[in-house]
Formats: sequence, structure tokens, C-alpha cells
Amino acid sequence: MTILDHTATTTGLVEIRSVSKSYGNHEVLHDVSLTIEPGEVVTILGPSGSGKSTLLRTINHLETVDRGWVSIDGSLIGYEHRPEKDGPGKLYELKEKEILKRRTQVGVVFQNFNLFPHLTAVENIVEAPVALKRLSKPDARELALGLLDRVGLADKADAYPRQLSGGQQQRVAIARALALQPKVLLFDEPTSALDPELVGEVLDVIRDLAKLGTTLVIVTHELGFAREVSDRIVFIDHGHILETGTPAEVLGNPKHPRTQDFLAKAL
Amino acid sequence: MTSVIGRTGSPTTASAPPLEHAEPKAPIDFGALTVVPTRHWARWILGALVVFVVAQLVFSLFTEPGYHWEVFAKYFFAPAILRGLGLTLLLTVVAGSIGFVAGGVLALMRLSKSPLLSSFAWAFIWFFRSIPLLVQVIVWFNLGYLYPTIGLGIPFTTEYFVEFQTVSLISAFAAAVLGLALHQAAYSAEIIRGGILSVDAGQLEAAAALGLPAHVRVFRIILPQAARSILPNAFNEIIGLLKGTSIVSVIALSEVFYVTQVIYNRNHMVIPMLIVAVVWYTILTTVLSIAQFYIERHFARGSVRVLPPTPIQRARSWVRTQWDRLDDAPAKEVRS
Repeated sequence: MTILDHTATTTGLVEIRSVSKSYGNHEVLHDVSLTIEPGEVVTILGPSGSGKSTLLRTINHLETVDRGWVSIDGSLIGYEHRPEKDGPGKLYELKEKEILKRRTQVGVVFQNFNLFPHLTAVENIVEAPVALKRLSKPDARELALGLLDRVGLADKADAYPRQLSGGQQQRVAIARALALQPKVLLFDEPTSALDPELVGEVLDVIRDLAKLGTTLVIVTHELGFAREVSDRIVFIDHGHILETGTPAEVLGNPKHPRTQDFLAKAL
Repeated sequence: MTSVIGRTGSPTTASAPPLEHAEPKAPIDFGALTVVPTRHWARWILGALVVFVVAQLVFSLFTEPGYHWEVFAKYFFAPAILRGLGLTLLLTVVAGSIGFVAGGVLALMRLSKSPLLSSFAWAFIWFFRSIPLLVQVIVWFNLGYLYPTIGLGIPFTTEYFVEFQTVSLISAFAAAVLGLALHQAAYSAEIIRGGILSVDAGQLEAAAALGLPAHVRVFRIILPQAARSILPNAFNEIIGLLKGTSIVSVIALSEVFYVTQVIYNRNHMVIPMLIVAVVWYTILTTVLSIAQFYIERHFARGSVRVLPPTPIQRARSWVRTQWDRLDDAPAKEVRS
């Protein structure tokens, strides 16, 4: 428990301003702006191909943007702003080392877990804090064991990912993301690759995180979970944000016809 | 089938109508019946044929005087042969190490986002895969005709600070190493690149998302996973290289095959001397194959739920089973 307590006090303000992104002629994000307050839990909903995963991935520079910018606690993702005496200054592309450093403020949990299959559960978690020289190996191991206990997998520390169920793998992946003590956690359809009976155990872990005050941005199809856990829901379609509001507003009383249409199909 | 098995497992016949109060036949316990195995006649005939051919061959090994086993025995551990063997191993290790390290660098260059690096690597691989190894070794050996001297100096001029005679710089050994290593680099580059491409893109993404530095991503995350598909091909290449060293006998480098040739030119015992080389190559290849088994097993961690037993573990378990059978019946099946 103590391992995660600090996250309640850290900030985690995400600002997305006028972001556009195209693949060839296909525009996946069109002039998207969104501010996510520290500690807020935001769910992004939308039909498949609407750009919701792309939007999520721009937050830690796994996708670059064509126009606009993204910042976390005021520091730009992927660029550095250097002001000049006269004029607004210039944006300098960051070196890889800097990008990696800023990335560690943002944890990502993937749809397909992406655990390292040749490392055990505990080795998966230890890897980043040790490689980034944040912790010594014994300290990192202690942290990892604590995190595994936190997600209910203390007895699986030395299991390889292939020896775990999908739900267990995803919980290890969440523990791995937490090991760097990120200010913001991104969930990219964390339960979409799971058997229905395993979804609950992963949602339970995310629910606990939501209570602890880390900023969470979640892309999911689990509407019931979104309603329960989110402070705000963002509905996106064809790269446009069509609607944002509390779960009661967006899910209970959708204003945009396409949101209504989507919810009618989903429910 | 003469009878139809009913749902209850008791045989019924079509002609006998079921009677209300008929005595039901006792159900047959199929588990207790004797099983008659299928006879594989074709398999047995072919098997007999194979046994005959092998027996004939072994018989001729002992009876055919042309083998001259006494000559084989005399030269198998001869100092000249062992020295040749040492050189063969040295060439394999040196050229193999340079080849695989250079191949790894070339593979990373080909995967680089820089078009210049990637085209250079492509061109290198294209060029050195195009030239037969034999031709390449002879070209390196004769480089002195093209560039009589090699030196360090001001680029694009003939001003040298230091200058060497090519002939003295590129000895037969250096020519052999150059030829074998460059040839090996071109082939292993493609093998390593294939291995890297076989790793799921999500792995690189997850490593990047964790902020892992480039060298950690390559050496801790990507290469250990790529090793699974690199290793079988890499061992093919190392074994190929070991045998390929016999090519450098054309530039009179006294590796094991050259030494056997020198000896049979003198004593005219061609076949016995060739068998000396054949047996030594076979022994070295066997050692490499055993090493391959254990190294592949090491890198299989995490990709199989349970590692397969090693041949030694399997042999031990077999002996244990047989031992138990001697003692008390019925035998306990020992599985590992």
C-alpha cells in the first residue's frame, strides 16, 4: 500500500491542444483539444477507428502529432520550447534520451499486455527502474514484490508470462507500469483481449488506482465500468471530440446524435 | 461391425425387438479387453531393407582392405594433423566472431531509419553474398597486385604518413580471415535481421513506453527474444563456416584438410587420409550440435511452459524405469 500512496500527492495535468494527425490522406485526429486535471479519471469512448487509441498514444509520444501539442504538467511531449527576445520562440525536437525521460512520467497498459515473455513477472517489473538507475536491484525487487502483492499476484512472482492467464498477465503489466511511479496512467483497451470471466479482476485493480488519485486515461468498451469509475467521459468519432461530460450526462443523456447512435448499439 | 452398440453400452441386434421384461445383457467393460495392434507391413519391409544396407556397409568397413585402417590410426592423432586442426578451429573462431559481430552491426544498420546506413548495409550484403567464398579468398590473397601498398595518409592523395607492403600486411592467414569473416558477416546479418523482425512490434513499443534506453531495448528485450529464431540458423552457419575453412587450402594455409592433402600426395594413401579429415570434421560438428541443443534450451525460457528434458535427463529416467521393472512388477512409469 505504502508504495502507491505517494501518487495521491503528485500532479498529473495533461493538456492536449489542437492536435491533428493524418496517416497519408486519412485524418485520424482533427483539431482535438482536451484538458485532463490532476487525479481525474477520463474515459475515451468511440466506435473502432474513431481515433481514440491514437489520441491516447499521443500522450506519451508513441504517436507523433502533425499539428498542435501535448504537455504534462506544463512540459511539452517530444519538444522543448525555447523562447526568444522578440517573438514566440521555437520548438526544438528532443533527443531520444530526453523523450525517454519524459515518457517515464506516463505509464501505458496495452491491450495485448506486451509483457516481456523471456522474463518472469518480477523481472518484468524490475527491468525499468534498474535500467533507468532509479533503484538498486534488491530495492527494485522489493518494490516489484510489493506491487505484485498489490495486484493480488504475490505468489506468481517467478512465473513466466506464458504460465499466467490473460487477466493475471494484464495485472502484471499494470504493476510494471506502476513501478516507475508515473503521474499519468494510460489504458489502451485493457480488457479487450481478455475472456469475459477475467475482465473483472483487471477492472478491480484499475478501480483501486482511480481511488488513489493518479490521473487515469482509459480507452474501453466496458460502458458499465466507465460509468462507475470515470469523472468525465469523452466521446470521439472520425477524429473529432463530439461530446464530453460526466458519465450521467454523456451516457445518461447524450446530446449528439452519433453518441446516441453509438450507445444504442453498445447497450 | 455385426452389432450396434446402444446408448447404454450394451450390444443390441436389429432383429430382436426390445422386450419389457427381457433379461438385460451384462454391459461389456471395454477397458478390460485385449487390444490387437495394427500391423505396419510396409514399415517392417522397409525397415528390414535399411538394416540390410547398414549391415552390408559395416561389414565392408571391416573387410575391405582399401580402407587401410592402420594408416588411419597412425595419422589420426599425428602432430601435423592436430596442428592443422588447431588452425581450422582458430579460423572458425576468429572469422566466426568477426563475422557475427559485423553481421549484428549490419543488421541494425539495415533496420536503421537512416536511408544512407540502411542502403550501405544492403549493398554490403548484396556484394559479399554475390562472390563465391573461394573467389573472395583468392582475391584477398592477391590484393597486392591491385594495391601494392596500404597506408594511412591524407584522403584522396598519395601522401602517406605510414605505408605497408600489402603482401606483408595481408598474409595467407589474414586473407583467409578476411574472406571468411566478410562472407560470414553478409550471411549472419540477414539471419540476425530476420530474428529481430520476428519479435512482436508490441515488445519494442512496451520497452519504449517504459523509457528503456536503446542499448537495454536491444540487448535485454529484443535480442534474447530474437535468439530463438536466430540460433538454429546461426548454428547452421557456424557449422558451414567450420567446413568452409577447408576452402582456404587453395592459398596453402595448413588447416586440417590441406595437411591431409599434403600427406596423401606423399604416401598415396588418399582414402585413409580423407577419412581422417572426415572423422575430425564429424567430431567437431557433433560437439557444435550438442552445444546448440543446450543453448537453444536456455533461450526457450518463457516460451514453453515446461522445458524439454535433456538427453541425459531422459537417459536417467529410462534407466530408472528399467531398474524399477527388475525389482517389482508392475513397473512404475517414470515421467519427467
